[in-house]
Amino acid sequence: MPDITKMEQEFQARIDRDEKIEPKDWMPEAYRKTLTRQISQHAHSEIVGMLPEGNWITRAPSLRRKVALIAKVQDEAGHGLYLYAAAETLGIDRATLLEELHTGKAKYSSIFNYPATTWADMGAIGWLVDGAAIMNQVPLCRTSYGPYARAMVRVCKEESFHQRQGYEIMLTLSRGTEVQKRMAQDALNRWWWPSLMMFGPSDKDSQHTEQSMRWRIKRFTNDELRQRFVDMTVPQAEFLGLTVPDPDLKWNEETQHYDFGEINWEEFWNVVKGNGPCNRQRLRARVKAHEEGAWVREAAMAYAEKRQQRENAAVAQVA
Amino acid sequence: MKKDWPLWEIFIRSKNGLSHKHVGSLHAADAQMAIENARDVYTRRNEGISIWVVESKHITASSPDQAESLFDPADDKVYRHPTFYDLPDEVKHI
Repeated sequence: MPDITKMEQEFQARIDRDEKIEPKDWMPEAYRKTLTRQISQHAHSEIVGMLPEGNWITRAPSLRRKVALIAKVQDEAGHGLYLYAAAETLGIDRATLLEELHTGKAKYSSIFNYPATTWADMGAIGWLVDGAAIMNQVPLCRTSYGPYARAMVRVCKEESFHQRQGYEIMLTLSRGTEVQKRMAQDALNRWWWPSLMMFGPSDKDSQHTEQSMRWRIKRFTNDELRQRFVDMTVPQAEFLGLTVPDPDLKWNEETQHYDFGEINWEEFWNVVKGNGPCNRQRLRARVKAHEEGAWVREAAMAYAEKRQQRENAAVAQVA
Repeated sequence: MKKDWPLWEIFIRSKNGLSHKHVGSLHAADAQMAIENARDVYTRRNEGISIWVVESKHITASSPDQAESLFDPADDKVYRHPTFYDLPDEVKHI
Protein backbone atom coordinates (compact mmCIF):
# COMPACT_ATOMS: atom_id res chain seq x y z
CA MET A 1 0.00 0.00 0.00
CA PRO A 2 1.83 3.10 -1.18
CA ASP A 3 -0.11 5.99 0.42
CA ILE A 4 -0.51 4.70 3.89
CA THR A 5 1.15 6.86 6.51
CA LYS A 6 3.55 5.55 9.11
CA MET A 7 1.03 5.99 11.90
CA GLU A 8 -1.53 3.99 10.02
CA GLN A 9 1.00 1.24 9.50
CA GLU A 10 1.78 1.17 13.19
CA PHE A 11 -1.91 1.10 13.97
CA GLN A 12 -2.46 -1.82 11.60
CA ALA A 13 0.51 -3.62 13.19
CA ARG A 14 -1.11 -3.27 16.60
CA ILE A 15 -4.36 -4.68 15.21
CA ASP A 16 -2.46 -7.56 13.60
CA ARG A 17 -0.87 -8.37 16.96
CA ASP A 18 -4.44 -8.56 18.32
CA GLU A 19 -3.89 -5.61 20.63
CA LYS A 20 -7.04 -3.79 21.71
CA ILE A 21 -7.49 -0.14 20.81
CA GLU A 22 -8.64 2.10 23.69
CA PRO A 23 -10.44 5.47 23.48
CA LYS A 24 -7.42 7.75 23.95
CA ASP A 25 -5.19 5.81 21.53
CA TRP A 26 -4.47 7.28 18.14
CA MET A 27 -6.66 5.77 15.43
CA PRO A 28 -7.27 6.52 11.75
CA GLU A 29 -10.28 8.77 11.21
CA ALA A 30 -11.89 6.13 9.01
CA TYR A 31 -11.61 3.55 11.83
CA ARG A 32 -13.27 5.99 14.23
CA LYS A 33 -16.00 6.73 11.71
CA THR A 34 -16.68 3.09 10.88
CA LEU A 35 -16.90 2.17 14.54
CA THR A 36 -19.11 5.13 15.40
CA ARG A 37 -21.46 4.09 12.60
CA GLN A 38 -21.49 0.42 13.57
CA ILE A 39 -21.81 0.86 17.35
CA SER A 40 -24.49 3.53 17.09
CA GLN A 41 -26.42 1.45 14.59
CA HIS A 42 -26.17 -1.43 17.02
CA ALA A 43 -27.36 0.75 19.92
CA HIS A 44 -30.29 2.09 17.89
CA SER A 45 -31.26 -1.50 17.02
CA GLU A 46 -31.48 -2.41 20.69
CA ILE A 47 -33.63 0.61 21.45
CA VAL A 48 -35.97 0.29 18.45
CA GLY A 49 -36.00 -3.47 19.10
CA MET A 50 -37.97 -2.85 22.28
CA LEU A 51 -40.98 -1.63 20.29
CA PRO A 52 -42.33 -4.81 18.62
CA GLU A 53 -42.07 -6.72 21.92
CA GLY A 54 -43.14 -3.94 24.26
CA ASN A 55 -46.40 -3.98 22.36
CA TRP A 56 -47.11 -7.53 23.63
CA ILE A 57 -46.30 -7.11 27.34
CA THR A 58 -49.88 -6.33 28.35
CA ARG A 59 -51.16 -9.26 26.29
CA ALA A 60 -48.74 -11.97 27.45
CA PRO A 61 -50.73 -15.18 28.08
CA SER A 62 -49.44 -15.78 31.63
CA LEU A 63 -47.58 -14.05 34.43
CA ARG A 64 -44.54 -16.26 33.72
CA ARG A 65 -44.44 -15.13 30.11
CA LYS A 66 -45.07 -11.54 31.12
CA VAL A 67 -42.21 -11.19 33.62
CA ALA A 68 -39.86 -12.84 31.11
CA LEU A 69 -40.88 -10.46 28.34
CA ILE A 70 -40.54 -7.42 30.61
CA ALA A 71 -37.06 -8.60 31.65
CA LYS A 72 -36.08 -9.12 28.01
CA VAL A 73 -37.26 -5.67 26.95
CA GLN A 74 -35.50 -4.14 29.94
CA ASP A 75 -32.28 -5.93 28.92
CA GLU A 76 -32.60 -4.41 25.46
CA ALA A 77 -32.78 -0.94 26.99
CA GLY A 78 -29.66 -1.82 28.98
CA HIS A 79 -27.86 -3.10 25.89
CA GLY A 80 -28.70 0.09 24.05
CA LEU A 81 -27.22 2.07 26.93
CA TYR A 82 -23.97 0.06 27.07
CA LEU A 83 -23.57 0.59 23.36
CA TYR A 84 -24.38 4.31 23.37
CA ALA A 85 -21.77 4.71 26.11
CA ALA A 86 -19.24 2.79 24.01
CA ALA A 87 -20.00 4.98 20.97
CA GLU A 88 -19.56 8.12 23.08
CA THR A 89 -15.99 7.11 23.93
CA LEU A 90 -15.26 7.79 20.24
CA GLY A 91 -16.11 11.45 20.72
CA ILE A 92 -19.74 11.74 19.63
CA ASP A 93 -22.32 12.89 22.20
CA ARG A 94 -25.59 11.21 23.09
CA ALA A 95 -27.78 14.04 21.83
CA THR A 96 -26.17 13.78 18.39
CA LEU A 97 -26.56 10.01 18.35
CA LEU A 98 -30.26 10.30 19.13
CA GLU A 99 -30.73 13.08 16.63
CA GLU A 100 -29.21 10.90 13.91
CA LEU A 101 -31.67 8.14 14.76
CA HIS A 102 -34.66 10.46 14.87
CA THR A 103 -33.87 12.18 11.58
CA GLY A 104 -33.30 8.86 9.83
CA LYS A 105 -29.63 9.63 9.18
CA ALA A 106 -28.53 6.60 11.21
CA LYS A 107 -29.88 3.13 10.49
CA TYR A 108 -30.97 0.35 12.81
CA SER A 109 -31.49 -3.32 12.08
CA SER A 110 -34.19 -3.70 9.42
CA ILE A 111 -35.72 -6.65 11.24
CA PHE A 112 -37.54 -4.29 13.59
CA ASN A 113 -39.44 -2.80 10.69
CA TYR A 114 -41.55 -5.95 10.48
CA PRO A 115 -44.74 -6.11 12.56
CA ALA A 116 -45.26 -8.53 15.47
CA THR A 117 -48.84 -9.56 14.76
CA THR A 118 -49.45 -12.57 17.03
CA TRP A 119 -48.17 -13.92 20.35
CA ALA A 120 -46.20 -16.56 18.43
CA ASP A 121 -44.09 -13.70 17.08
CA MET A 122 -42.69 -13.27 20.60
CA GLY A 123 -41.46 -16.84 20.28
CA ALA A 124 -40.10 -16.43 16.77
CA ILE A 125 -38.38 -13.14 17.58
CA GLY A 126 -36.63 -14.57 20.64
CA TRP A 127 -35.63 -17.75 18.86
CA LEU A 128 -34.67 -16.40 15.42
CA VAL A 129 -33.98 -12.69 15.78
CA ASP A 130 -32.07 -13.02 19.05
CA GLY A 131 -30.47 -16.19 17.70
CA ALA A 132 -29.17 -14.30 14.67
CA ALA A 133 -28.10 -11.41 16.90
CA ILE A 134 -26.10 -13.77 19.11
CA MET A 135 -24.43 -15.27 16.04
CA ASN A 136 -23.38 -11.74 15.04
CA GLN A 137 -22.45 -10.61 18.54
CA VAL A 138 -20.35 -13.46 19.90
CA PRO A 139 -17.43 -12.70 17.53
CA LEU A 140 -17.79 -9.01 18.43
CA CYS A 141 -16.67 -9.84 21.98
CA ARG A 142 -13.20 -10.04 20.38
CA THR A 143 -13.55 -6.93 18.23
CA SER A 144 -10.50 -4.66 18.17
CA TYR A 145 -12.03 -1.65 19.95
CA GLY A 146 -11.90 -2.21 23.74
CA PRO A 147 -15.10 -0.45 24.89
CA TYR A 148 -17.16 -2.14 22.15
CA ALA A 149 -15.72 -5.57 22.99
CA ARG A 150 -16.44 -5.09 26.70
CA ALA A 151 -20.01 -3.99 26.01
CA MET A 152 -20.52 -7.04 23.81
CA VAL A 153 -19.31 -9.40 26.54
CA ARG A 154 -22.06 -8.10 28.80
CA VAL A 155 -24.64 -8.22 26.02
CA CYS A 156 -23.81 -11.80 25.05
CA LYS A 157 -23.99 -13.01 28.66
CA GLU A 158 -27.51 -11.63 28.93
CA GLU A 159 -28.74 -12.50 25.47
CA SER A 160 -28.89 -16.28 25.76
CA PHE A 161 -31.91 -16.12 28.05
CA HIS A 162 -33.70 -14.16 25.32
CA GLN A 163 -33.26 -16.90 22.80
CA ARG A 164 -34.20 -19.68 25.21
CA GLN A 165 -37.40 -17.94 26.31
CA GLY A 166 -38.33 -17.50 22.64
CA TYR A 167 -37.70 -21.13 21.81
CA GLU A 168 -39.71 -22.21 24.85
CA ILE A 169 -42.68 -20.20 23.56
CA MET A 170 -42.34 -21.88 20.15
CA LEU A 171 -42.04 -25.29 21.80
CA THR A 172 -45.19 -24.78 23.87
CA LEU A 173 -47.17 -23.60 20.86
CA SER A 174 -45.93 -26.35 18.58
CA ARG A 175 -46.91 -28.98 21.18
CA GLY A 176 -50.30 -27.31 21.69
CA THR A 177 -53.60 -27.30 19.80
CA GLU A 178 -53.83 -27.26 16.01
CA VAL A 179 -54.51 -23.53 16.09
CA GLN A 180 -51.46 -22.89 18.27
CA LYS A 181 -49.30 -25.00 16.01
CA ARG A 182 -50.52 -23.07 12.97
CA MET A 183 -49.69 -19.84 14.78
CA ALA A 184 -46.13 -21.06 15.42
CA GLN A 185 -45.70 -22.10 11.77
CA ASP A 186 -47.07 -18.78 10.56
CA ALA A 187 -44.60 -16.88 12.77
CA LEU A 188 -41.71 -18.97 11.43
CA ASN A 189 -42.91 -18.31 7.87
CA ARG A 190 -42.87 -14.55 8.40
CA TRP A 191 -39.64 -14.26 10.43
CA TRP A 192 -37.37 -16.75 8.69
CA TRP A 193 -36.26 -14.67 5.71
CA PRO A 194 -36.01 -11.34 7.54
CA SER A 195 -33.82 -13.15 10.12
CA LEU A 196 -31.45 -14.32 7.37
CA MET A 197 -31.35 -10.74 6.09
CA MET A 198 -30.10 -9.60 9.53
CA PHE A 199 -26.60 -10.72 8.54
CA GLY A 200 -26.53 -7.96 5.95
CA PRO A 201 -25.86 -7.97 2.23
CA SER A 202 -24.03 -10.88 0.69
CA ASP A 203 -20.22 -10.60 0.84
CA LYS A 204 -19.86 -9.57 -2.79
CA ASP A 205 -22.16 -6.57 -2.19
CA SER A 206 -20.97 -5.57 1.27
CA GLN A 207 -19.04 -2.32 0.99
CA HIS A 208 -17.69 -2.34 4.54
CA THR A 209 -16.74 -5.97 5.11
CA GLU A 210 -13.22 -6.05 3.69
CA GLN A 211 -11.89 -3.02 5.57
CA SER A 212 -13.73 -4.00 8.76
CA MET A 213 -12.16 -7.46 8.61
CA ARG A 214 -8.71 -5.92 8.18
CA TRP A 215 -9.28 -3.73 11.24
CA ARG A 216 -10.69 -6.75 13.10
CA ILE A 217 -13.86 -4.87 13.83
CA LYS A 218 -15.60 -7.79 12.15
CA ARG A 219 -14.12 -11.26 12.55
CA PHE A 220 -16.34 -13.15 10.08
CA THR A 221 -18.11 -12.17 6.87
CA ASN A 222 -21.88 -11.78 6.57
CA ASP A 223 -22.23 -14.94 4.49
CA GLU A 224 -20.14 -17.03 6.89
CA LEU A 225 -22.31 -16.03 9.83
CA ARG A 226 -25.53 -16.52 7.87
CA GLN A 227 -24.48 -20.06 6.94
CA ARG A 228 -23.70 -20.87 10.57
CA PHE A 229 -27.08 -19.56 11.61
CA VAL A 230 -28.90 -21.73 9.07
CA ASP A 231 -26.90 -24.80 10.08
CA MET A 232 -27.69 -24.22 13.73
CA THR A 233 -31.36 -23.30 13.34
CA VAL A 234 -32.73 -25.84 10.88
CA PRO A 235 -32.43 -28.79 13.31
CA GLN A 236 -34.14 -26.64 15.97
CA ALA A 237 -37.06 -26.07 13.58
CA GLU A 238 -37.21 -29.80 12.91
CA PHE A 239 -37.38 -30.49 16.64
CA LEU A 240 -40.41 -28.21 16.82
CA GLY A 241 -42.00 -30.12 13.94
CA LEU A 242 -42.20 -26.91 11.93
CA THR A 243 -41.24 -26.38 8.29
CA VAL A 244 -38.66 -23.78 7.26
CA PRO A 245 -40.28 -21.80 4.43
CA ASP A 246 -37.59 -22.45 1.83
CA PRO A 247 -38.18 -25.09 -0.89
CA ASP A 248 -34.47 -25.02 -1.77
CA LEU A 249 -33.30 -25.85 1.72
CA LYS A 250 -31.45 -29.17 1.86
CA TRP A 251 -28.51 -30.77 3.63
CA ASN A 252 -25.39 -30.94 1.49
CA GLU A 253 -23.43 -34.05 2.41
CA GLU A 254 -20.37 -32.83 0.55
CA THR A 255 -20.01 -29.41 2.18
CA GLN A 256 -21.56 -30.55 5.51
CA HIS A 257 -23.74 -27.45 5.42
CA TYR A 258 -27.31 -26.68 4.45
CA ASP A 259 -27.85 -25.23 1.00
CA PHE A 260 -30.55 -22.60 1.05
CA GLY A 261 -32.50 -20.46 -1.40
CA GLU A 262 -31.69 -16.97 -2.63
CA ILE A 263 -32.66 -14.11 -0.33
CA ASN A 264 -35.03 -11.54 -1.78
CA TRP A 265 -32.49 -8.71 -1.93
CA GLU A 266 -34.97 -6.33 -3.44
CA GLU A 267 -37.06 -6.60 -0.28
CA PHE A 268 -33.91 -6.21 1.83
CA TRP A 269 -32.83 -2.95 0.19
CA ASN A 270 -36.37 -1.68 0.14
CA VAL A 271 -36.69 -2.04 3.92
CA VAL A 272 -33.20 -0.55 4.45
CA LYS A 273 -34.28 2.46 2.42
CA GLY A 274 -37.21 3.05 4.74
CA ASN A 275 -40.07 1.37 2.93
CA GLY A 276 -40.60 -1.68 5.16
CA PRO A 277 -43.99 -2.36 6.74
CA CYS A 278 -43.23 -0.43 9.97
CA ASN A 279 -40.30 1.96 9.31
CA ARG A 280 -42.35 5.12 9.73
CA GLN A 281 -44.31 3.79 12.69
CA ARG A 282 -41.13 2.78 14.57
CA LEU A 283 -39.42 6.13 14.08
CA ARG A 284 -42.57 8.00 14.99
CA ALA A 285 -42.81 6.04 18.24
CA ARG A 286 -39.16 6.81 19.09
CA VAL A 287 -39.45 10.51 18.33
CA LYS A 288 -42.70 10.77 20.29
CA ALA A 289 -41.17 9.09 23.35
CA HIS A 290 -38.14 11.37 23.13
CA GLU A 291 -40.14 14.56 22.76
CA GLU A 292 -42.67 13.70 25.43
CA GLY A 293 -39.83 12.85 27.82
CA ALA A 294 -38.09 16.18 27.27
CA TRP A 295 -39.76 17.91 30.23
CA VAL A 296 -38.61 15.11 32.56
CA ARG A 297 -35.00 15.47 31.43
CA GLU A 298 -35.16 19.24 31.77
CA ALA A 299 -36.85 19.15 35.17
CA ALA A 300 -34.32 16.65 36.55
CA MET A 301 -31.46 18.83 35.38
CA ALA A 302 -33.02 22.01 36.77
CA TYR A 303 -33.57 20.28 40.13
CA ALA A 304 -29.98 19.01 40.23
CA GLU A 305 -28.64 22.48 39.42
CA LYS A 306 -30.82 24.16 42.03
CA ARG A 307 -29.73 21.74 44.71
CA GLN A 308 -26.10 22.22 43.76
CA GLN A 309 -26.51 26.00 44.08
CA ARG A 310 -28.10 25.64 47.52
CA GLU A 311 -25.28 23.40 48.65
CA ASN A 312 -22.70 25.87 47.38
CA ALA A 313 -24.46 28.73 49.15
CA ALA A 314 -24.57 26.77 52.43
CA VAL A 315 -20.87 25.98 52.17
CA ALA A 316 -20.10 29.65 51.46
CA GLN A 317 -22.06 30.71 54.55
CA VAL A 318 -20.17 28.34 56.85
CA ALA A 319 -16.87 29.55 55.40
CA MET B 1 -33.02 20.34 24.95
CA LYS B 2 -29.85 19.51 23.05
CA LYS B 3 -27.66 19.35 26.14
CA ASP B 4 -26.99 15.89 27.61
CA TRP B 5 -27.11 15.10 31.30
CA PRO B 6 -23.57 14.86 32.69
CA LEU B 7 -21.64 11.63 32.10
CA TRP B 8 -20.76 9.41 35.08
CA GLU B 9 -18.29 6.56 35.34
CA ILE B 10 -19.63 3.56 37.21
CA PHE B 11 -17.63 1.26 39.50
CA ILE B 12 -19.15 -1.88 40.99
CA ARG B 13 -17.96 -4.05 43.89
CA SER B 14 -19.15 -7.54 42.99
CA LYS B 15 -18.71 -8.85 46.54
CA ASN B 16 -17.05 -7.90 49.77
CA GLY B 17 -13.36 -8.61 49.66
CA LEU B 18 -13.02 -7.43 46.06
CA SER B 19 -12.36 -3.88 44.94
CA HIS B 20 -14.75 -1.74 42.91
CA LYS B 21 -14.18 -2.23 39.21
CA HIS B 22 -15.03 0.09 36.33
CA VAL B 23 -17.97 -1.32 34.36
CA GLY B 24 -18.95 1.52 32.03
CA SER B 25 -20.64 4.88 32.05
CA LEU B 26 -24.05 6.50 31.88
CA HIS B 27 -25.78 9.87 31.92
CA ALA B 28 -27.60 11.22 34.98
CA ALA B 29 -28.65 14.61 36.31
CA ASP B 30 -26.98 14.10 39.70
CA ALA B 31 -25.08 11.54 41.78
CA GLN B 32 -28.17 9.98 43.33
CA MET B 33 -29.74 9.41 39.91
CA ALA B 34 -26.43 8.03 38.65
CA ILE B 35 -26.53 5.40 41.41
CA GLU B 36 -30.16 4.54 40.67
CA ASN B 37 -29.51 4.27 36.93
CA ALA B 38 -26.35 2.23 37.54
CA ARG B 39 -28.44 -0.19 39.60
CA ASP B 40 -30.79 -0.69 36.63
CA VAL B 41 -28.18 -0.69 33.88
CA TYR B 42 -25.27 -2.58 35.43
CA THR B 43 -26.64 -4.83 38.19
CA ARG B 44 -29.74 -6.55 36.79
CA ARG B 45 -28.29 -9.98 37.59
CA ASN B 46 -26.70 -9.66 41.04
CA GLU B 47 -23.44 -8.27 39.65
CA GLY B 48 -22.84 -6.05 42.63
CA ILE B 49 -23.32 -5.16 46.26
CA SER B 50 -21.91 -1.65 46.14
CA ILE B 51 -21.75 1.13 43.56
CA TRP B 52 -19.41 4.10 43.16
CA VAL B 53 -20.26 6.86 40.71
CA VAL B 54 -17.80 9.56 39.66
CA GLU B 55 -18.60 12.33 37.25
CA SER B 56 -16.38 11.65 34.23
CA LYS B 57 -15.00 15.19 34.13
CA HIS B 58 -13.37 14.61 37.53
CA ILE B 59 -11.20 11.76 36.24
CA THR B 60 -7.71 12.63 35.07
CA ALA B 61 -6.19 9.98 32.86
CA SER B 62 -2.62 9.51 31.73
CA SER B 63 -2.15 9.94 28.03
CA PRO B 64 -1.08 7.05 25.78
CA ASP B 65 1.79 9.33 24.64
CA GLN B 66 3.15 9.26 28.17
CA ALA B 67 3.06 5.48 28.36
CA GLU B 68 6.72 5.08 27.47
CA SER B 69 8.07 7.57 29.99
CA LEU B 70 5.72 6.33 32.71
CA PHE B 71 6.02 2.60 32.36
CA ASP B 72 9.23 1.76 30.52
CA PRO B 73 11.49 2.48 33.54
CA ALA B 74 10.06 -0.66 35.17
CA ASP B 75 11.13 -2.83 32.24
CA ASP B 76 14.83 -3.12 33.16
CA LYS B 77 14.37 -3.63 36.89
CA VAL B 78 14.25 -7.39 36.99
CA TYR B 79 15.76 -7.28 40.48
CA ARG B 80 12.31 -6.25 41.74
CA HIS B 81 11.09 -9.78 41.09
CA PRO B 82 11.81 -12.76 43.36
CA THR B 83 13.04 -14.95 40.49
CA PHE B 84 16.03 -12.61 40.02
CA TYR B 85 17.75 -14.08 43.08
CA ASP B 86 19.70 -17.35 42.81
CA LEU B 87 19.25 -19.66 45.77
CA PRO B 88 20.16 -23.34 46.03
CA ASP B 89 17.26 -25.82 45.85
CA GLU B 90 18.07 -27.21 49.30
CA VAL B 91 16.88 -24.03 50.94
CA LYS B 92 13.19 -24.46 51.70
CA HIS B 93 10.30 -22.12 52.44
CA ILE B 94 11.76 -19.07 50.76
